[in-house]
Amino acid sequence: MARDPDEPRSSDITPEDAYHSRRIFMRNAGLATAGAVAFGGGLWALSSRGVDGIPAPEPGPMPSVSVAKPPPDIEAESKALEKELTSLSSVTTYNNFYEFGLGKGDPARNAGTLRPRPWSVRVEGECNKPTTFGIEDLLSSFPQEERIYRFRCVEAWSMVIPWLGFSLSKLIDKVEPTSRAKYVAFTTLHDPTQMPGQSGGALDWPYVEGLRIDEAMHPLAILATGLYGKLLPHQNGAPLRLVVPWKYGFKGIKSIVKIALTEKPPTTTWNAAAPGEYGFFANVNPTVDHPRWTQATERRIGDLERRKTLMFNGYAAKVASLYASMDLRRQF
Amino acid sequence: MARKSETKGRVWLGRAVWAGGLLPLAMLVYRGYMGRLGADPIAVAMNQLGLLALVLLLLSLACTPLRIVTKAAWPIAIRRTLGLLGFGYATLHVAMYAVVDQGLDLPSIIDDVTTRPFTIFGALTWLLLLPLAATSSKKAVQALGAVTWRRLHKLAYVCGALAIVHFTLRVKKDYSEPLLYGSVLALLLAIRVVDAIRRRRAVASSGETRQGGRT
Repeated sequence: MARDPDEPRSSDITPEDAYHSRRIFMRNAGLATAGAVAFGGGLWALSSRGVDGIPAPEPGPMPSVSVAKPPPDIEAESKALEKELTSLSSVTTYNNFYEFGLGKGDPARNAGTLRPRPWSVRVEGECNKPTTFGIEDLLSSFPQEERIYRFRCVEAWSMVIPWLGFSLSKLIDKVEPTSRAKYVAFTTLHDPTQMPGQSGGALDWPYVEGLRIDEAMHPLAILATGLYGKLLPHQNGAPLRLVVPWKYGFKGIKSIVKIALTEKPPTTTWNAAAPGEYGFFANVNPTVDHPRWTQATERRIGDLERRKTLMFNGYAAKVASLYASMDLRRQF
Repeated sequence: MARKSETKGRVWLGRAVWAGGLLPLAMLVYRGYMGRLGADPIAVAMNQLGLLALVLLLLSLACTPLRIVTKAAWPIAIRRTLGLLGFGYATLHVAMYAVVDQGLDLPSIIDDVTTRPFTIFGALTWLLLLPLAATSSKKAVQALGAVTWRRLHKLAYVCGALAIVHFTLRVKKDYSEPLLYGSVLALLLAIRVVDAIRRRRAVASSGETRQGGRT
């Protein structure tokens, strides 16, 4: 009887224990791999902060507004900073705006609920002509200037941002401040339905900030309505925010609804939250450390190496005189 | 037969824990290389490495309490792996701080480590982890003797507490995470303390019985 050549020989049959042990090996290897992936995935989920895939919504186009050149000395400084601009993506997805969550990517993710139109800003207090301005009035009455400024957060990171805005002094002049106007107080919108973070207790709401009158009248201080030539994105403080480039970023109050001229120094949110750590003046000062970290260096977003922090964030020539008689260590 | 498969199971468990424990590092490196760590990748990577170190240290500290509560033996088999993984991530965290963040600027690092509580607590945590990592092997247990080894490794709880203080000092406003991990550490410590009290009571009462039994 001839053997069919295609049929396996009996000597080719896999020994039973080898068959079983290979199956067991495969099963164990499969279980171990699945376990490793589950364990590693769990560790990743616990430790990562969703910094990836943050939507960077396109900012809306600037409506046709009158555009002006900034004063020549400011324009020259702007031009010098042009080559150091921080990417639009970083500027619009790395924000501290606790009204929309505590993570840096939260404002970009969550600020869709903000409604920057219609919007009015009430300017009142120690002045002859208290006025309510619609945001469209502000865009049309004041020619918008491009100002490229350094931006320094108190957390020791920094950016270079091309703002579009107008000098705060122009708005204050328009309402005719009296001699009793010694300070300017700013208030953010207070509406937890638009700003879900305001339902939580991270800070006292609404966010408030303030400047001394001479700081507010300084040509460098602007109210920003846009950046990178487009309307201010929600997460950057639409539709109107303050930019005071020689101070830490938390002074740059966002989504402003009220500006008041006052006689007494106003409360400011971070100073009220932690007076030992955040002062009223908050001038960028590499010689005065934050209690928990140094302010002598900063990380420019996009750079690998840290860099030395500049006194008054590089604007000392223009603003140091405002503080000549002050002890900047005590009045920080 | 049962013993053999148990050992085999332990080997696979050990491999799974190592592989799983290193997976987040691989993902971090990959994402860093692809530029997917956000606007401040150095801060993000440092924070994540630190948090991974804390989580793995707490998991390692959870092994004995888990055995106490469930009577299972397998947690002890992976306790050393978890601890070493935690130490590894802590070392990477420290290395990133010193080399990448501070650019090996020694005066700045020394200033940080000697004057700022935040960095002091961090440095202390890592320094105290060193002897634990160095004595983690079976050989070390034999060399030191079980009693001394156990005493030394109680330091792990101190490291956990120091790490959580370091974490708390970093937070700007949101204390929920350090509070959570602090509660976990407190729970694990509570289980150990209650167990130690129970065992001491058991020893004391069995001593009395023996004496009473003698006539």
